[in-house]
Amino acid sequence: MANIKDMAKQKELFSGGHRACAGCGAAMIARQVLLAAGPDTIVVSATGCLEVVTTIFPYTAWNVPFLHSAFENAGATISGVEALYKSWIRQGKYDKKLNFIAFGGDGGTYDIGLQSLSGAVERGHNILYVCYNNEAYMNTGVQRSGATPKSADTTTAPVGKVKKGKEQFRKDLTGIMIAHRIPYVAQSIAGNWRDLTSKVEKALSMEGSKFINVFQPCRLGWGYEPELTCEMGRLAAETCVWPLYEVVNGVYRITYKPKVKKPVSEFVKLQGRFRHLAKPENKALLDDMQATTDKNWEELLKKETFSAATQENAAKPA
Amino acid sequence: MVKTNTVARTGNEAMAEAMRQIDPDVVAAYPITPATEVVQIFAGYVADGLVRTEFVPVESEHSAMSACIGAAAAGGRVMTGTSSQGLALMAEMLYIAAGLRLPIVLADVNRALSSPINIHCDHSDTMMVRDAGWVQIFSENAQEAYDNMVQAVKIAETAKLPVIVTTDGFIISHGMERIDMLDDAEVKKFIGEYKPEYYLLNIEKPVTVGALDLTDYYFEHKRQEIEAMCQSKPVIVDVGASFGKLSGRSYGLFEKYKMDDAEYAIVAMGSTAGTSKIVIDKLRAKAVKAGLLKPRVFRPFPKEEIADALKGVKALAVMDRSDSMNGHEGPLCLEIKAALFDKALNKVLLNYIYGLGGREIGLNDIENIFGDLAKAAKGTGMEKVNYLGVRE
Amino acid sequence: MAKENPQKKPGWKSLPQGDLIIGGATAKDFKTGDWRSKRPVFISEKCINCLTCWMYCPDSAVIVKDGKVVGFDYEYCKGCGICEHECPVKGKAIKMISEKEAKANEKK
Repeated sequence: MANIKDMAKQKELFSGGHRACAGCGAAMIARQVLLAAGPDTIVVSATGCLEVVTTIFPYTAWNVPFLHSAFENAGATISGVEALYKSWIRQGKYDKKLNFIAFGGDGGTYDIGLQSLSGAVERGHNILYVCYNNEAYMNTGVQRSGATPKSADTTTAPVGKVKKGKEQFRKDLTGIMIAHRIPYVAQSIAGNWRDLTSKVEKALSMEGSKFINVFQPCRLGWGYEPELTCEMGRLAAETCVWPLYEVVNGVYRITYKPKVKKPVSEFVKLQGRFRHLAKPENKALLDDMQATTDKNWEELLKKETFSAATQENAAKPA
Repeated sequence: MVKTNTVARTGNEAMAEAMRQIDPDVVAAYPITPATEVVQIFAGYVADGLVRTEFVPVESEHSAMSACIGAAAAGGRVMTGTSSQGLALMAEMLYIAAGLRLPIVLADVNRALSSPINIHCDHSDTMMVRDAGWVQIFSENAQEAYDNMVQAVKIAETAKLPVIVTTDGFIISHGMERIDMLDDAEVKKFIGEYKPEYYLLNIEKPVTVGALDLTDYYFEHKRQEIEAMCQSKPVIVDVGASFGKLSGRSYGLFEKYKMDDAEYAIVAMGSTAGTSKIVIDKLRAKAVKAGLLKPRVFRPFPKEEIADALKGVKALAVMDRSDSMNGHEGPLCLEIKAALFDKALNKVLLNYIYGLGGREIGLNDIENIFGDLAKAAKGTGMEKVNYLGVRE
Repeated sequence: MAKENPQKKPGWKSLPQGDLIIGGATAKDFKTGDWRSKRPVFISEKCINCLTCWMYCPDSAVIVKDGKVVGFDYEYCKGCGICEHECPVKGKAIKMISEKEAKANEKK
């Protein structure tokens, strides 16, 4: 893995001057992904916070070739770019090794962009898709998405006199991508650069479709002070709200197991979107969140054990 | 002029052959009746190693155009095909492709838009996207379909606008005709190499494609697109003339059939133009001064030239194979009226909405129209808009 | 509002064709420094050059030369405070002060 001093010597591929909020996790993620990927990279982005703040004409924060076409089609758009590359390689018109990286928010990935992503990885294009997941449609004003966790306050599933935020559990998109049986699927966070950059490097060293779901705290949408973005990401890992793991050719490996698993209340109490959970009448919702988190974590531990055993069995002589 | 090869091909086969000879870098497509065969046959060429194309079997038409945009922005020559609901589904991306000024060529086999769902021919699909910024070229028959596909590549890359080439669904797409094909080498020479100035694979010179425009730049970018559409007209004419030198078949913005002294004219696009020619010959034999104006290019709409071509007629029937749903007339009729108005030409004009959902139109129908025109020219009250062939 | 180029904006005839920005990182012409209400102050004697602040700054506003932090690019720094928060040094090698205070210090 490239060390931080080497990375600091690299040409800056993602510049300042973009219009992201102060403390934006998405900008942080994009910058770190590019540090890991290097300059021989083409980026496609779905419509969303990252794309909007970084490409207001005539200003672009990208120092690599960049394409945005629409909201629901980062998967399909990058498929086309990669297809052209494959075509030119085959025709002898091109010979450089390139990375193809698509960025999509949870909006453009979990919901409206799911089909396009699914199709792209089913076809096995040699791409890395990075979802910067801030758990709501942030760019349009914090509307609920399929990634929004249960009980979170968003503008289309708000906390009011009768309703207490989102009533559905959040989609397990990482699980959906694992089910596509692509070579590499991982979860990471903004707030652990080693985890994110090493996963990006690993993904880019593999052929085929790769997917990394990066938990991205959003100070505006979640309601916390901007300096806490990294801390918020780490708390998500320490409470197991967002486990850090990877699935390499079907084998699960949890890349961070907290020594002391913190209660979800530690994560929740710092965020305005969960403010209502501090009220005694909403205790059941907080308990539900803890129970769900625990259940998911236990399942993940089991999956890790199971897939390691399966791999061992497969390796054993008959 | 090069020796050509005469073969039997349906409209879909003819388009697929043209694509084979063009040998684009990428084709990304999704099947839909009646266009499916165009890319299906092409996939066969890919499987046999007859083309170098990277074929992307996407999971929807919206993704087809998205992938085409990705490949074209990356620097490639890109083609695809679809119809009806497929074109409708990719409508958002069509506008985007034009706004990004990507020279993509799309074969649209004209089919009616749902609802009701219908797989047969009418022009509502391409009419739906007439404002998308794509050049639209209508083919009368399989020969034109083949010729138009070859020209479209050159038009698109010169004008820096994407191009739709149409055929009438089932009527032309599945109808067997005799066509003259060019040699593979001559097609390649005619279209030349595609060398974009800015493209994503040019890693050393990064560009950002698809930026967000606030109120201070959107209008300027759109004005560029409008200008490109205007400037595509002379490009289409030039390419049509060059193609004529190569093949012996010249193309322009529209075709005039026995229009020089015509008193009664039909304005029609697509296969119905072909039907009309037979009727016109029959009427001419009876000394009726009948003629046909067949617009070939619907976008950009060559209004001055068409108005000039119509200036001598007494009465004209504009045939629309779709309705504009404005409560009055079809989209072609609107264009013709605007063209005549701008030249202060006040003509007796009847609009015929016909053939919706593949409703047949025959020689008798066309003959009756000429009868209607004769009556209308005398001032006998004729309905301004007629729904030809519908059961009341 | 960041100061933009005082010259008139280009018209449609001189812009590149299409929705295209030619060149990389042209956002550097857009200064976001005036968004700040707080700014980081570098305490170089305490810095251990771990470069954590550089790695986490969303605005690429930490200046590193030869593996060492030398300061902040106040033309872009939005004052989010992540650098100070993430600094691992006991007592911190970065201190956030109010922009008002910073400007007053500059005047002295």
